[in-house]
Amino acid sequence: MDIIVVFLIICGLVFFTGGAVGILRFPDFYTRLHPAGKMDTLGSFLMVLAVSLFNLREFSWAAVLTSLKILLIVLFIFILNPTATHAIVDAGFRAGMRPWTKKDKGK
Amino acid sequence: MVNVFLYAGLFLCLLMVASLYRSVFGPTVLDRLIGVNAIGSKTVILLLLIGLIYERLDMFVDIALAYALLNFMAVLAASRYFQKRKGLYEEPPYK
Amino acid sequence: MKEHLAEVKTLHLGNVSGSRSGGLPEHPAPRPIFSRIITFIVLIGVWVILSGKFDLFHLSLGLISCAIVTILSGDLLFPETRTGGLFRHILPVINYVPWLLYQVVLANLHILYLVFHPRMMELIDPQIIRFDSTLKKEISLVTFANSITLTPGTITMYVSVEGAFQVHAIDKASADPLPGEMERRIARAFEDE
Repeated sequence: MDIIVVFLIICGLVFFTGGAVGILRFPDFYTRLHPAGKMDTLGSFLMVLAVSLFNLREFSWAAVLTSLKILLIVLFIFILNPTATHAIVDAGFRAGMRPWTKKDKGK
Repeated sequence: MVNVFLYAGLFLCLLMVASLYRSVFGPTVLDRLIGVNAIGSKTVILLLLIGLIYERLDMFVDIALAYALLNFMAVLAASRYFQKRKGLYEEPPYK
Repeated sequence: MKEHLAEVKTLHLGNVSGSRSGGLPEHPAPRPIFSRIITFIVLIGVWVILSGKFDLFHLSLGLISCAIVTILSGDLLFPETRTGGLFRHILPVINYVPWLLYQVVLANLHILYLVFHPRMMELIDPQIIRFDSTLKKEISLVTFANSITLTPGTITMYVSVEGAFQVHAIDKASADPLPGEMERRIARAFEDE
């Protein structure tokens, strides 16, 4: 059980690292949203799953209730994170930000 | 096992510093907003890990849940607020 | 009031609001009792999970507040008026979620490869693609837009009521398979045949 939990946590940290590095490395606003909005979603999913599994190692009804709450967080994250991403990209699109393309690479 | 959670939390703090760079030095307002959103989604996980470390997970879960909703609302409100500000960006308007 | 709430709920996807009945209906629709019952059960479940107390006082408090919410806005969660329609959708939706998770993991690995690649600037080729979707119902359009955003490499930029999509893709490989397979699966899960 512990091995699964540690494995899930490490996977989640790898995805979170990818998200942070992607935010730093990508050239413009639209491409930065790709790692930010979505690798954070999967990373949160994996780590929250790890926490909820670790919480269930001693079975009791209170622990089951807490794990259900944690899974509710997962549900919220999966609905809210794409929506937040969409809100940001919509704001940028309406404000008239120009997407970076390959031709701008010289700049 | 608690050590694993401690180091994972420390690593998350490190990643939050990396995201903080984008939210402080981001060229446009929306870049900063992306940084803030990334920090918020890491904070939810960090709260859960803190709950595991102090063995009060039942309390910290509620805080994390409220924080997730609050973070979403902050990002939504800020992006709604800034979408009318055409003059804030460095680039010319785009059709 | 209800129309206004529905508008607020779907505001985040651009101009999809108000298409369910095309503004105010001329004659009142049949009251969707069944969807209200389902909404009530879901609310009670969330209340019990969040409160975690099973004594009489907290349970009755939950019952009262859930009843108030159901009376005020019972038709927001499941805007399905017919009784049979709800059950027919449950199985395909359950079938759809694991496939979506699998796709999310696959595409996340692709983005991970892009992020840590030293010559990342030459690999990415951002582009905007436009296509028209054949989906009709609002819920399937919303699910499709969120699924596109959740699958890395593509972000929905704009959705209209008629199903015109604008998608920002990060490179050619993630732009190609749209709309394709995902739209077919969503059509099977949410649309009426």
